[in-house]
Amino acid sequence: MLDAVYLDHAATSPMRAEAVAAMTAELTAVGNPSSLHTSGRRARRVVEESRESIASVLGVSAGDVVFTSGGTEADNLAVKGLYRARRAADPRRTRILASAVEHHAVLDPVEHLGATEGADVHWLEVDEVGRLRVDLLEKQLASDPESIALVTVMWANNEVGTTQPMAEIAALCAEHGVPLHSDAVQALGQLDVDASTVDSLAVSGHKVGGPHGVGALVLRRGLALEPLLHGGGQERDVRSGTLDAPAIAGFAAAVLASDADRVERTAYVRALRDDLVARVTSEIDGVTRNGDPVDNLPGIAHLSFDGCAGDALLLLLDAAGIECSRGSACSAGVPRPSHVLLAMGMDPVVAMSSLRFSLGHTSQPSDVDRLLDALPGVVARARRAGPVR
Amino acid sequence: MRVVAALSGGVDSAVAAARAVDAGHDVTGIHLALARSPQSHRTGARGCCTLEDARDARRVADILGIPFYVWDLSERFAEDVIDDFIEEYAAGRTPNPCLRCNEKIKFTAVLDRSLALGFDAVATGHYARIVDGAAGRELHRAVDPAKDQSYVLGVLDREQLAGAMFPLGDSLKTEVRAEAARRGLLVADKPDSHDICFVPEGDTGAWLRDRIGAAPGDIVDAESGETLGHHDGAFAFTVGQRRGLGIGTPTPEGARRYVVGVDTGTSTVMVGPPVLLEVDTVVGDRPRWCGRALDVPLEGQVQLRAHGDPVAAVVEVVDGGSQVVAHLRERARGVAPGQAMVVYDGTRVVGSVTITRSTRA
Repeated sequence: MLDAVYLDHAATSPMRAEAVAAMTAELTAVGNPSSLHTSGRRARRVVEESRESIASVLGVSAGDVVFTSGGTEADNLAVKGLYRARRAADPRRTRILASAVEHHAVLDPVEHLGATEGADVHWLEVDEVGRLRVDLLEKQLASDPESIALVTVMWANNEVGTTQPMAEIAALCAEHGVPLHSDAVQALGQLDVDASTVDSLAVSGHKVGGPHGVGALVLRRGLALEPLLHGGGQERDVRSGTLDAPAIAGFAAAVLASDADRVERTAYVRALRDDLVARVTSEIDGVTRNGDPVDNLPGIAHLSFDGCAGDALLLLLDAAGIECSRGSACSAGVPRPSHVLLAMGMDPVVAMSSLRFSLGHTSQPSDVDRLLDALPGVVARARRAGPVR
Repeated sequence: MRVVAALSGGVDSAVAAARAVDAGHDVTGIHLALARSPQSHRTGARGCCTLEDARDARRVADILGIPFYVWDLSERFAEDVIDDFIEEYAAGRTPNPCLRCNEKIKFTAVLDRSLALGFDAVATGHYARIVDGAAGRELHRAVDPAKDQSYVLGVLDREQLAGAMFPLGDSLKTEVRAEAARRGLLVADKPDSHDICFVPEGDTGAWLRDRIGAAPGDIVDAESGETLGHHDGAFAFTVGQRRGLGIGTPTPEGARRYVVGVDTGTSTVMVGPPVLLEVDTVVGDRPRWCGRALDVPLEGQVQLRAHGDPVAAVVEVVDGGSQVVAHLRERARGVAPGQAMVVYDGTRVVGSVTITRSTRA
């Protein structure tokens, strides 16, 4: 049997050779980067060089990069940490403005602050392609900006791939003196992400071909933030925990590699993705593409299939050796309509009929060919089974 | 064959799936999410409705090396099983939701979807045997009399049976547990599920009161007509029930008293001596036949409740097929309207009806 066709890079992307080499080289070395002896200093050097590499790619100073256990921790640290610190400095600051299409790593902390810490949460609407209504953000910012703790808008959406006008959003927030956090977990390695334009930015290792369990919060110095984890204070007293030198080395190698080939690679992936969308929509009736057709992540194709249940499509494609995703994870594996699609105004039944195919650095034209071999039959069968009622 | 194995997270369905794999089938594990919110139904390692059970089911699939999916049937379960359960109790009957779930969920919703998706059968961990008879597939009692679940499968028609697979029917429960342990299935020591999976803590009366509302009424002596006490809702009582009447159950003469009738229309619960519970004729409607409908009277057996003993009876169809009457060879006690009467010919399930009334000559 052929290897599976992997079309789920947005969930996690295979590790790049550079990252594997950097990480495995570190795994056999001893040394806590916080130790003062020779082994510790050697490990510290690896961490700091990695920090510098990542900072240079993101257009910030090395001191701005705080390593975390991944994107979720970085988002939690930014949202909760900024809210608590800003509110402690001025109790009037209780408002949080958040886009309605945030990943759960942002959405849930925001909801938690609303439910338990008195945050006055305002979800910023998006249009039908998932693009933030900047006019509405501007209106919110203009009314009593002193009461806003933070604004959070993801750089690019993990489900439909729509990218946000970050320069415009950042300028508005700066104008009103309100800190802006952005979840750039999907954007890193795919788009030209300049972290210096925002106050806080979350990134993750495994989405760019690095290892799992490592990420970073890029945090403008001078911006006070309350830590989530208290302990040794390893990362600027903002984040505690022994630094994972092998994972950090792998992460940095992946970031460098994905920056070096970004323009060429994303042009290739984008062409492949566009071919996938064009062929699927022309060869199968009743397929709708979702998300912004122009401003989007190069690798994501988010499609709705009339009259199908997404989980039936997933089961049948998996049986045919094709791995993709419904685009939104959920507890106990019970599918629910995605909040992103609902925020875009999509009907819940249509939302449940959607799949995300995401391509990346290992994708080949043959992957698209094999998808197209299987998909018409799969869709026909799923249509016979009908949507879940 | 391409087989869907329904994995509840328990030991029986795990071994059933493992045997289907061993038999050379292409097996896909499916866990049914039946609770609208995974936390709202029973918590703990029982039943089929918790996150822990979903995780156990997934782990079984991992060990067997088969794909695993969760199918959300919570809406259908709520409509077809829970709402029906409440309506039946509100009408003074005592439904068996397991039969309802097998008929409407496992062997309609799941089977239909599986067939539509290209599967050939649904395998479950039920203890019952499918036998290929001269006239087609037959459902028989399991080899293990203590675990036999043919009663709760008595609602399946031959078409549903054609898509069913019960790999445990020839085994004893002790053998299945030992096999689970031998196969390294971590659920080997999980306790059996009991009670009703969607009623937390097993307090059906309180659960029903929350949904139906209190309907106070009298507890009346069926023979004298004397009012003996009061209750919060007749629906919480079942024919044959002795405990929880709150009337100092024995009579002044020391005879035990049982619920002998429930009338939710007048909110009356009738109690009386056990002799009033004895019946020799049972009538039911909504027949479901496993194969051809009964056309001549059958000298067979009927089972009147889950885990009840079979009772010898002559069973015949009346009213043009809409009703079934069983003339019992010996009197039975505590036959509750709403329960299923499953008709057997020896070990073979002939069909089932929902009990509407029972009488004594």
